[in-house]
Amino acid sequence: MSKLNTSSSELDLDRPNIEDYLPSGSIQEPHGTLRLRDLLDISPTLTEAAGAIVDDSFTRCFKSNPPEPWNWNIYLFPLWCLGVVVRYGLLFPLRVLVLTIGWIIFLSCYFPVHFLLKGHDKLRKKLERGLVELICSFFVASWTGVVKYHGPRPSIRPKQIFVANHTSMIDFVVLEQMTAFAVIMQKHPGWVGLLQSTILESLGCIWFNRSESKDREIVARKLREHVHGADNNPLLVFPEGTCVNNHYTVMFKKGAFELGCTVCPIAIKYNKIFVDAFWNSRKQSFTTHLLQLMTSWAVVCDVWYLEPQNLKPGETPIEFAERVRDIISVRAGLKKVPWDGYLKYSRPSPKHRERKQQSFAESVLRRLEER
Amino acid sequence: MGNSSSMLTQYDIEEVQEHCSNTFSQQEIVSLYQRFCQLDRNGCGFISAEEFMTVPEFAVNPLSQRLFRMVDGLNFKEFVLFLSAFSSRASLQQKVEFIFKVYDSDGNGKVTFNEMLDILRDLTGQFISEQQREKVLTQVLEEAGYTKDSLLVQADFMKILGNSGLKMEVEVPVD
Repeated sequence: MSKLNTSSSELDLDRPNIEDYLPSGSIQEPHGTLRLRDLLDISPTLTEAAGAIVDDSFTRCFKSNPPEPWNWNIYLFPLWCLGVVVRYGLLFPLRVLVLTIGWIIFLSCYFPVHFLLKGHDKLRKKLERGLVELICSFFVASWTGVVKYHGPRPSIRPKQIFVANHTSMIDFVVLEQMTAFAVIMQKHPGWVGLLQSTILESLGCIWFNRSESKDREIVARKLREHVHGADNNPLLVFPEGTCVNNHYTVMFKKGAFELGCTVCPIAIKYNKIFVDAFWNSRKQSFTTHLLQLMTSWAVVCDVWYLEPQNLKPGETPIEFAERVRDIISVRAGLKKVPWDGYLKYSRPSPKHRERKQQSFAESVLRRLEER
Repeated sequence: MGNSSSMLTQYDIEEVQEHCSNTFSQQEIVSLYQRFCQLDRNGCGFISAEEFMTVPEFAVNPLSQRLFRMVDGLNFKEFVLFLSAFSSRASLQQKVEFIFKVYDSDGNGKVTFNEMLDILRDLTGQFISEQQREKVLTQVLEEAGYTKDSLLVQADFMKILGNSGLKMEVEVPVD
């Protein structure tokens, strides 16, 4: 893990009143005359710190929860061994075959279409969309994906943006199989990066870089341009900004909610009995994650396309983002936590600590005046 | 207790339980071990500063640095002992002893005016001037019968904090 650095103050602008969620009254608010006891009694602050050491809601969001092992007795174990043989020996080679066929078909169609139809943009784009949807279907088939889509399929209209909760990069594939979205993604290294720069580029995808602070303005501008463009593919955004373990949602970044267009929420929930689809990027590379999926029985998930939402009069973008997060969390049965997903990569700003210090300092001074 | 294995044997659990004078139940110790392994991401047997600071709730606490200094480099057994003051089974004396240790940063068994001032500074930050802090502390000390040069020992802390409802409890989540 790279060294954590204190986040810039920009991250705070994304956050609504976090004090509403944090345990309140941490440094006690005493009443009456100030005594020595009041200054020496640091037990509330200590309790809070110890509470965070013992358990905290942020770490819980990124904990992999593998399904319970069920092979623990004499007759289940051979069954499980048989299952392993079937999964690795039969299913996995079949899946690799399916995927290879899919890639061959895709590449042999994609490059001719891309280069030969250079002049006929509309037709080219339509074919490319179809081809991307095709290769994503092949990917989903390679994990024996059973995806149930609920709700009206996304339509290609201007001035709309799609938002979804994020569990793994396969969210993108699952959604892309149905509609060729343009996505905003972190640029990855390796073969994923190669795919990103070639094929996904043609869909109109936008890249960002988490570690660059100036990046946010550039990305915001690109988002705006894309959404207002008439002919672009519908844009899909994962406002959490990072992969979460499909039991919780972290705070949504407001970028997608201040573009002045309709927001269409999508909720995704994976069925954990078959495989834990959470991509714990701290623990596994994407390749390992994919291999794990390809050697499981199936990837079963539900996708709900929810009712499009607009900014209500008098609502700030942050409130709008929280409202949409609420809609998605309720639909997918996820718990909400008040943390910024980027705290995975940087420390919270000193402002929160200062706020606590300020409230204690003020109460001490106030009680001093009262004497 | 291997630091790479995530399994505790019954012997390990009993050893830890004895070490913390039975303030935690065996189930709680197992949960704490899971938590310890979760925080100790690089599996070196203790939790480093970076690993502690990845918990945002801990990082925003004004006393986090002090607490961290007390828990830095502790192995699991000592970690449980450290947290034992927060158990519901801990006595009032143990809790006051813990608070005393937080104040007594040089560990000589006596808390000086400056040590008390240090903690007050951590809690109030830049929102009270240094002069005012000194003034407030001196004032309340004198009212309680001490002076600026008094050295407080644990018995004094027990007297000051002892008969108020001191509540310092943390619940260990047990699956």
